[in-house]
Amino acid sequence: MDDQNQIGSPEKKREDVCPSKKGKADLDSLRAQINEANNNDAAGPEYWRSLEELAGSPSFQEALHREFPKGASEWVDSVSRRGFLKVMGASMALAGMTGCVRLPLEPIVPYVRQPEEVIPGRPTFYATAMTLGGYASPLLVESHMGRPTKIEGNDQHPASLGGTDIFAQASILGMYDPDRSQSVMSMGDQRSWQAFLTAIRGPLSVQKGLQGAGIRILTPTISSPTLADQLRNFLKIYPQAKWHVYEPINRDNVLEGAKLAFGQPVETRYDFEKADVIVSLDADFLYAGFPGNVRYIRDFAKRRNPDGNMNRLYVIESTPTTTGAKADHRLPMRASSVETFARAVAENGELPEEHGGSLLAHALMQDLESHRGSSLFIVGDHQSPAVHALAHAANARFGNVGKTVFYADPVDANPINQTESLKDLVTDIRAGKVDLLVILGGNPAYDAPADLDFANVLKNGKIPMRVHLGLYQNETAELCQWHINQAHELEAWGDARAYDSTASIIQPLIAPLYNGKSALEFVALLSGQSDATGYDLIRTYWQKQNSGGDFDSFWRKSLHDGWIEGSAYAPKSVTAKSAIFSSSNSSDAAANSVELNIRRDPTIYDGQFSNNGWLQELPKPMTKLTWDNAILIGPKMAERLQIKVEDVVELELNGKKVTGPVWIQAGQPDNSATVTLGYGRKRAGRVGTAQGFDAYALRTTAAPWIATGLQIRKTGETYKLASTQGYQSMDTPDGGHRPLVRETTLEEYRKQPNFATEEEPEPAPGLTLYKPYPYKEEDYAWGMAIDLNSCVGCNNCMLACQSENNIAVVGKEQTVIGRHMHWIRIDTYYQYHDQEARDRDNPKAFFQPVPCMQCENAPCEVVCPVGATNHSSEGLNDMVYNRCVGTRYCSNNCPYKVRRFNFLLFQDWETPQYKMMRNPDVSVRSRGVMEKCTYCVQRINERRIDAEREDRKINDSELQTACQQSCPAGAIIFGNINDPNSKVSKLKAQARNYSLLGELNTRPRTTYLAEVSNPNPELKS
Amino acid sequence: MDEQYKMTVDAERAPVIEPGYTFGTVTEKISAIVLTRPASNGWFVGFGIAFMLTMMMLYAIGYLFLKGIGIWGVTIPIGWGFAIVNFVWWIGIGHAGTLISAILLLLRQSWRNSINRFAEAMTLFAVACAGIFPAIHVGRPWLAYWLFPYPSTMGVWPQFRSPLMWDVFAVSTYATISALFWFMGLIPDFATLRDRSDKPALRMIYGMLSMGWRGSARHWHRYETAYLLLAGLATPLVLSVHTVVSFDFAVGIVPGWHTTIFPPYFVAGAIYSGFAMVLMLAIPIRKIYGLEDFITELHLQNAAKVMLATGLIVAYGYGIEAFMGWYSGDRYDAFTLWNRLHGPYAVLYGALLICNIFIPQVLWIRRLRTSPVALFFASGVILVGMWLERFIIVVVSLHRDFLTSSWGMYYPTRWDWMTYIGTIGMFLAAIFLFVRLLPMISIFEMRTLLPEAEVKAE
Repeated sequence: MDDQNQIGSPEKKREDVCPSKKGKADLDSLRAQINEANNNDAAGPEYWRSLEELAGSPSFQEALHREFPKGASEWVDSVSRRGFLKVMGASMALAGMTGCVRLPLEPIVPYVRQPEEVIPGRPTFYATAMTLGGYASPLLVESHMGRPTKIEGNDQHPASLGGTDIFAQASILGMYDPDRSQSVMSMGDQRSWQAFLTAIRGPLSVQKGLQGAGIRILTPTISSPTLADQLRNFLKIYPQAKWHVYEPINRDNVLEGAKLAFGQPVETRYDFEKADVIVSLDADFLYAGFPGNVRYIRDFAKRRNPDGNMNRLYVIESTPTTTGAKADHRLPMRASSVETFARAVAENGELPEEHGGSLLAHALMQDLESHRGSSLFIVGDHQSPAVHALAHAANARFGNVGKTVFYADPVDANPINQTESLKDLVTDIRAGKVDLLVILGGNPAYDAPADLDFANVLKNGKIPMRVHLGLYQNETAELCQWHINQAHELEAWGDARAYDSTASIIQPLIAPLYNGKSALEFVALLSGQSDATGYDLIRTYWQKQNSGGDFDSFWRKSLHDGWIEGSAYAPKSVTAKSAIFSSSNSSDAAANSVELNIRRDPTIYDGQFSNNGWLQELPKPMTKLTWDNAILIGPKMAERLQIKVEDVVELELNGKKVTGPVWIQAGQPDNSATVTLGYGRKRAGRVGTAQGFDAYALRTTAAPWIATGLQIRKTGETYKLASTQGYQSMDTPDGGHRPLVRETTLEEYRKQPNFATEEEPEPAPGLTLYKPYPYKEEDYAWGMAIDLNSCVGCNNCMLACQSENNIAVVGKEQTVIGRHMHWIRIDTYYQYHDQEARDRDNPKAFFQPVPCMQCENAPCEVVCPVGATNHSSEGLNDMVYNRCVGTRYCSNNCPYKVRRFNFLLFQDWETPQYKMMRNPDVSVRSRGVMEKCTYCVQRINERRIDAEREDRKINDSELQTACQQSCPAGAIIFGNINDPNSKVSKLKAQARNYSLLGELNTRPRTTYLAEVSNPNPELKS
Repeated sequence: MDEQYKMTVDAERAPVIEPGYTFGTVTEKISAIVLTRPASNGWFVGFGIAFMLTMMMLYAIGYLFLKGIGIWGVTIPIGWGFAIVNFVWWIGIGHAGTLISAILLLLRQSWRNSINRFAEAMTLFAVACAGIFPAIHVGRPWLAYWLFPYPSTMGVWPQFRSPLMWDVFAVSTYATISALFWFMGLIPDFATLRDRSDKPALRMIYGMLSMGWRGSARHWHRYETAYLLLAGLATPLVLSVHTVVSFDFAVGIVPGWHTTIFPPYFVAGAIYSGFAMVLMLAIPIRKIYGLEDFITELHLQNAAKVMLATGLIVAYGYGIEAFMGWYSGDRYDAFTLWNRLHGPYAVLYGALLICNIFIPQVLWIRRLRTSPVALFFASGVILVGMWLERFIIVVVSLHRDFLTSSWGMYYPTRWDWMTYIGTIGMFLAAIFLFVRLLPMISIFEMRTLLPEAEVKAE
């Protein structure tokens, strides 16, 4: 029935007998199987010609009801095919038939000549990049025998320095997603690439005569120099054609703000390492999705060392973010009031009393005055152009330009106002001017502003030919006659610019799984070069750019390093106009009218990652919600409206209505609600379809981010949200306090550096019934130190761990129960600023990453009846999956609750794509087995083998755990604590070092460096 | 058997056996239930329901093996749920049988003779029900045998520091001794049934089960010695089994588990619930089968007194737990106490206090203590209370432990309920079969209670 049936054909089963045959050669057969599966599907009602037919088809119904990835929801079916097979298998086993199976005879052919650089069992790393919103994240991708398995940051690249963000980490799952579009489609039928070539030839030749007057190309933000060149080339051939750009998470306001201030669009870059005082006006620059966040986090974290020159962060924000949580002073403020605040700061005026920030503003001004040239203003992308312009003015006023703030040409190759661009396109379609619409990626039918009604325009706009190139057969593909399956960025050649405008070459790590085309190849085809490969196009373009020197060595070096030297734009000197920027119309709405903030989602961004199970199950950093978006409102407002968590409410904005569940979020300003985009997808895939509600319905071209006049109505229904954290406070409901995250201010810290351990002394070593093991005599004693001051709660370690250690996704229903599998989690705790006032509207928030503590006196080990969890001589708490029978006693006895149990068969053992994706060095766990963080023991052992072969000890610098390697803040440090010179030993020697629940005498190997904030002494009450 | 066993009919106390019986009538009355009395419709209906419930349990367990432990409500942080709650509850219930058979035998409490047989049967069935849970609650039940110290070819042994390991020994020893003790006690009665039965097939079955018992003096001599020895072996088990079961918790680090009061408190609780179950069974059975003459008011009263005493020990346990929560000054223990009283499961803790402490105090009143109806209901309440106690200990301690971030909630699923109710069905089905197939009161021991059995001094 389903495609599993086809894939699990007998031929495949037999091939499994010989794992050594897996490798590059396997790809073809795999692709054949997938194709076969598709062909069989096409015969069924999987594809549709009308919406009605689609909605009624059983496969769509299944997708609607299947909220979990395949496998996770199998058990609710009474008797599924897989279940039946299992019973059959069990009875066969009971009948004693297993002894009689004769294995098929299959000769194995070894390499005649081993390919260079491919050593079975040894991964290779390639430098490449992925883009988000046009901005490139430089990557190093680990590849095992031709299969990319793990994403790391490119430590050579200034935009990464080894760190990554969650979207980069999760892109590996995106590439192997079995729901990705796998073929060229036309009107619901599977077609060949050739058929499309034939179909497009006619319209193109007609347009040739019209100079392309009927051609419109709609692209997302593009920073790729080659693709931009290709498009401009195309526009030369068809001079009347138009190139429109639209992406829902665009930077229109940033560009408009720059134009307002300087008269030209410029890109702003910041140097947080040099900034002593940072003022964020609603900018969430420490979280994935903000251009340059990876580098910014690193620079910011470097300045959070209380023993060094600590910076001070002021955050004025309209909805709680991780950036706000790291602030030394956080002022919750409705987004529409930020402009008044910015104006006051830029003009040195006093702030009106009703904003409650006059005291803060005053202290801030003094701080800024005394740090001229080393302060920094940064503005959120959703703030109005006026705020951006005011920030430019403020940066100029305090002498920051050229010191902490730099300007250069925009990274965006076509920096036009995207909202206007899409509006123009819709006008043209409505006017019947468009004959051929080419949508290169993106999903405007889903994510265009609601007032443009793009889906309807696309469907009924009488465009004779609509072509969609995309990774998924999404809402837009559904409305186009032709859909071309796009190659993933890990499968195709390309290039892109990072936030600092350094260009990177995107190298394919694997041949396209489904023979997809890249945007580059597609545009080349439109321009008449139908057989141009991505490789040729990229190479040719860069050869043109680099005509002088030795191109081959330039090319090799660029590919190897992952970036092109000297490709960054030179800093530009621009002067801000001294005019007072006029107020934008959205500014400062009436205080009693409710404001709606529309933001990108912290985990699935604008919806393009909807079908990514890792991201769906990744807890959003402040709410810890998974699988859904929610309407965030503050505690005061909830009390006033008598709304509780998980109540379903109806939001009405200018006649448009949306219903969704409420999450009461401490720190959200009063009279303000926040919703995130990306949910409520109708055609995302098996994972993402129908999760959450669609906030795009409230988004208009006039007010894409901030709108006022929102009405909230209770519906009386409730909706279960899946939060992974049970309780978000260190204050227990009985009035007690648990010192889980220990913190103080810089001033106090200087007076009493060992504040973290002073009040909570740890028991003396040796207090145990069992003889302590002499760990000190071993070569290695592994330990970890996590600097809570550096950690910005970006969640990146969670995904890095998930990818490295083959951790399963369990689905929403299981997450609600509490069965998520993350080996490292980030606990977010809220705490009153003022214990007496108990003001929930502006709490402090703390992040605490919690991996396994690898306790020396591990409570889990003594209680395991079968000895499945044991201590290694190097201090690792090892888990023997094969021996585990699953009593779960170890988890009960773990005070940190870091152990995760496979309550059901959570892993997908069948989908061939996932088999290729997994890290071959880590066991794939099955049902009924306990699992947990291992300190990446596979990495330790790999390094140990290397070191032993060279007869030396493992160097401190060569070994990193997955969480550590990708942490952009450098907050996680792992190493040998028997080596007094290792980084981790030095950190553990600091006065701030403390053990979580150390009073239990568990003697954890993972310790924390307590948090120290740096508030303005003037603001101390 | 001499004077100590003679019946002392106190004017104030109810007799152990009503007057007017002879060896013959006692034997006739008890064996007739098995041999001649036709099974009533009520029996068939009752057994039918119990059997269906057993089948439901097997279905639930089958589905569990197929899908995994995730069909239950257990999760992280509540790694143990109904399975362990029920395991402890059933094991506790079993304790009354051993106490009655072994300890009261050694203490020469002759009134035990009329209830020891089915109390022992109850023990056996309860242990069987209990034994199901540890085996099925593991993630990979087909590997549960790894908990046994068998000579593995890999040379791997269980981990002897784990309380679960100790449990395996405690429970398996207990099951073995209980079965042996029960079977030994049945041998003379099997012989009686063999001799009285007129159907050849029955004669053969009972004959085989009686293992050649002829009732010779030498037989009796050896039998009494062996029975006493077994009683001596079983006696420490009454204390040790639940002590070891309590170690599962007391050895753990979880606040609410990690206390030294657990062993005595668990043993008292076990006997408490065990006697409640004895009464729950004895009261209807004596009514239905007209055994009021053999199971008299005295038995009911004595059982009620044991319940009252053990109930007070349990109440003391609660008190000490609460006191230590405050006195230790440990923030986690203090919170556990608070959470029991005010947390999301506070209703259950309130119900526990009412069921286990307040309602059983009515047993101070003699009139209620001797009323079968009142006792039946009080016993039911105590059984519910003791089940709640285990729920509070297992689930409520786990659901909010050290790190507030990991707090969670436990909701049993229908599979949890099906398995639990199914074991009750299995227990009842076994009892139904037992009363029809075996003498539910020890015939030969009842005979020793009669005046005829008194050996006259020459």
